[in-house]
Amino acid sequence: MCKFCETKPVIELISGRRLCKFCFIKYFEKKALKNISKYNLIEKGDNILVGVSSGKDSITTLSILHKLSKERKYFKISALAIDEGIKGYRNLKNLKRYCKENKIRLHIINFKDEFGYTLDNLIKKFKFMPCSVCGVFRRYLLNKYARKLKADKLATGHNLDDEAQSIIMNYFRDNLETSARLGPITGIVRDKRFAPRIKPLYFLTEKETALYALLKKYPIKFNECPYSLSTFRAHVRNLLNEFENNHPGTKYSIVNSFLEILPLLKDKYREKIGVCKECKEPTSSEICKVCELRMRIK
Amino acid sequence: MKIYIERTNKNINAKAGNVRELLKKLKLNPTAVLVRVNGEIVTEDKKLNSKDKIIIHSVVSGG
Repeated sequence: MCKFCETKPVIELISGRRLCKFCFIKYFEKKALKNISKYNLIEKGDNILVGVSSGKDSITTLSILHKLSKERKYFKISALAIDEGIKGYRNLKNLKRYCKENKIRLHIINFKDEFGYTLDNLIKKFKFMPCSVCGVFRRYLLNKYARKLKADKLATGHNLDDEAQSIIMNYFRDNLETSARLGPITGIVRDKRFAPRIKPLYFLTEKETALYALLKKYPIKFNECPYSLSTFRAHVRNLLNEFENNHPGTKYSIVNSFLEILPLLKDKYREKIGVCKECKEPTSSEICKVCELRMRIK
Repeated sequence: MKIYIERTNKNINAKAGNVRELLKKLKLNPTAVLVRVNGEIVTEDKKLNSKDKIIIHSVVSGG
């Protein structure tokens, strides 16, 4: 039975606490708010752009921030969706309806207009690795439009599982420099050309987020990107889920211990950000990754 | 009992005393799924009977 109200539980937390639907929703929202306040993710007057797909993580982030902005009125939000063009996967119909019903301004951009090809066509025609090209183009567009829409911060739906996976992936690939850009609020240096990314769901697990979205009856489909099934991330995700099942708390331990060393990593990899000589976007190389890819698809 | 597995879009029949046993039988990791019995989300110790209708949601999404 639920620890607090003696009704049927919907989840048993890592601590062993069992919670019913209502107590779980309260727990989830309280934990997200605690994270926002502990890491000062939102400041007075902030214009927050929420990066949304149509999945559980981003819709949950959007709804939590929407609720908070209505209650506290010290910041405002809008949403940005990127349609990569993945047949049978990306469908923004429910997201559009959700934003309309909740009076949230939604901006939609797509790969076809920005780069001339859908992701499906890029992969078919140029044999790119799907997640590499998608990641580079998505990050570029999110930052470009955050600046264009004068957003102070970009909120994403990254949860505890995503962060633990990224940390382990970077260890496995000997890529600590990339880890220096992780954390509840990202970025090594503050630079006007980059909107800092904030992660309100940082300490909430993927399972907790899915449960919250299901209980709130958000209009989402629990489907996986067809390109993600055999990726390195998918292997790490399965490995960590296996560990978590046998040793509950593993993902929290990974993230908590990482946060202890994050300030050291930020110090070590503090770099000067230059300008891409092709597109004038910020980059640490002479030519940014987006322009490198653009040259290959010309 | 009738079971629908959302991730693979499959309907199957299986027998188990509770949700934990069922997931073990189906080789599904409890960390990566949510289980609905007769419309309600339940915890792993929920006892099952032959007339139950079960949906197994995968919590994994995105890329």
